[in-house]
Amino acid sequence: MKNEMINYLGQNGYFGAYGGRYVPEILIPAVDELNQAFQEILRDEDFYKQYYNLLMDFSGRPTPLTYAAGLSAYFGKAKIFIKREDLNHSGAHKINNVLGQGLLMKKLGKTRVIAETGAGQHGVATAIMAAKMGFQATIYMGAEDAERQYANVFWMKQLGAEVVPVTTGTATLKDAINEALRDWAGNFDNTHYALGTACGPRPFPEMVTFFQSVISKEMKKQINDICGKNPDRIYACLGGGSNAMGAFVEFLQEPGVELVAVEAGGKGEASGKHASRIAYAKAKTGVSQGYKTLFLQDDDGQMLDTWSISAGLDYVGVSPILAHLAETKRVRVLAATDAEVIEAFKLIISKEGLIPALESTHAFAGIFKEIADTKPEDVIVVNMSGRGDKDIFNIGEALQDQGWKTFVTERGKAYAD
Amino acid sequence: MQIEKQIEAMRREKKILLMTHQIIGYPDFAANEKAIECFYNNGVDLIELQIPFSDPIADGPVFTKSNQAVLEKGIKVSDCLKFIERMARKYPIPFLVMTYYNILYQYGVEAFIDRCKEIGVQGTIVPDAPLDEARAYYDYSRQQGLAAVSIATPYSDPKRLQEIADIGSGFIYYVPRKGVTGSKTTFDSEILDGIQKAKKETGKTIAVGFGIQGPGDVAHLIGTADIAIIGSKIQLVLETEGLSGLDQFLGDIARVNKEE
Ligand SMILES: Cc1ncc(COP(=O)(O)O)c(C=O)c1O
Repeated sequence: MKNEMINYLGQNGYFGAYGGRYVPEILIPAVDELNQAFQEILRDEDFYKQYYNLLMDFSGRPTPLTYAAGLSAYFGKAKIFIKREDLNHSGAHKINNVLGQGLLMKKLGKTRVIAETGAGQHGVATAIMAAKMGFQATIYMGAEDAERQYANVFWMKQLGAEVVPVTTGTATLKDAINEALRDWAGNFDNTHYALGTACGPRPFPEMVTFFQSVISKEMKKQINDICGKNPDRIYACLGGGSNAMGAFVEFLQEPGVELVAVEAGGKGEASGKHASRIAYAKAKTGVSQGYKTLFLQDDDGQMLDTWSISAGLDYVGVSPILAHLAETKRVRVLAATDAEVIEAFKLIISKEGLIPALESTHAFAGIFKEIADTKPEDVIVVNMSGRGDKDIFNIGEALQDQGWKTFVTERGKAYAD
Repeated sequence: MQIEKQIEAMRREKKILLMTHQIIGYPDFAANEKAIECFYNNGVDLIELQIPFSDPIADGPVFTKSNQAVLEKGIKVSDCLKFIERMARKYPIPFLVMTYYNILYQYGVEAFIDRCKEIGVQGTIVPDAPLDEARAYYDYSRQQGLAAVSIATPYSDPKRLQEIADIGSGFIYYVPRKGVTGSKTTFDSEILDGIQKAKKETGKTIAVGFGIQGPGDVAHLIGTADIAIIGSKIQLVLETEGLSGLDQFLGDIARVNKEE
């Protein structure tokens, strides 16, 4: 069943026209070694059991599927269910992938892990995994993101990881990936690169999807237990694509389930300040960061600056698997703007008592845009990929909350003295 | 293939050839031109010009920053190609273009190769175009008689090394160690053995790049490598000691061919 997933996802690291492994020659043995180990665990039931036990024991799986009674009643249309990846240890789906890669590292005998991080969730998850499993960790983070998400930087450091702010390029996620690839090229003997999303050279897109598939495996069983059927639609936010692939993969072969991914519309299509590769149809096929996919780039092929209120969606490329699924119309892609996300956030927190990450709020904003076309008997599942605690600074600012501003200013003053 | 014959002829005259590297547009075109003139006057044998890319993953901190600095000035690929054309017409030295695959991909791989040929370039070096992914680029270059330099490392197993040798043309760019451009390489006996093995197994011209710091390293490579490539160090010499420093640096290197 598990390797079957790979068969319908792609062939030899390609998903339609996208994928591959466009890495410098020095990294070929590293990606080869990793791919071989990954192919082995795909066929290894015991490895999967060990992996899932670790998720249950350490991360809190299975995560619940919560009926969103307040939101469903508010709209009076489809019933909305929320897959609670926010309840994982560390507060996001990222931990699923990282624990899997940690076990793989042990198999490979590596002792040091490196990772890139945007919002910081993957960095924190990697630092947690390293602390638990006894690895040394170095986390690359765009300097701009490190500023926006300092709370996560703080945790990574407390967990014993070295955090390296990356000032090159746009100082965001893509540059952190470049830096991690460079580190890996120099240290692959003892170092594993735990890429955090379904992007990058083979086997990362497949491997991350495989480790995130726990989301839709659980979701499928839970929704069938509750409603006696598959969902009519599933919504997930789309940065690199790991939570979206995780939420979609078990339903790819179920044509009745509509799969919707929501990108960061930032300040809107016309502003040019966004990270929507597919919905705004602004990206072109290109090769960068070790793989071929749709990238936001200029006519020369230079990668463009992106923007999103959520650091985790602020990425110039997209999973080659999702690029292919969008092209073949299996996945529909929307974008939600920063403004729509803030409005959606207010609604969710007041109607459900949930605090979603700004990334995850994009998925909700996507539903809210489209819920008018649904019927009361329809069932929607949204993948709430993470919780919003880390976003308190951005949300406090976006909501122009005076009490929060006063608190931050007073704290600042106290430290300045 | 033209460059292969040229290299062969030059090799008869010298114990080791020198290839130098410049990032086009850094710090500006005028400075590039002066550096190239200095290369020419010091008998540099081949010149590698890098078209900047936003995400140069094979490059270390020195080159990463200069790639970015050029792009921030708004310099386009077409500006770089014009500059290369002018240099190739002005100096009778083989010029090679180094850049990343996406630059070719957006230009159109075949169109890019055609253009390089038109402007008098002898070959291209694309570090993120592994043979398994970019076969069409290597094949088309060969068809057009333009060198598509392939890259080998000490970690290339014998089978892959042979494939690298077969698919590429011009010469093999041998990266002697892990990591990216910039930091120093210690040319110990293990590395030298690796180079020797690559040369013996492939029978090709071997250029060694990454981390060469000066005349000592170049002298050390005599007898194993055919070409020594100096990149980041040239940029650093220019930044700290200017053109006269570069002149002296290259003069010192040229002398290694005269020493017994
Ligand atoms: C909570 C959360 N959701 C979503 C994402 C976006 O990544 P992906 O598209 O890989 O799920 C991130 C990335 O940091 C995240 O932290």
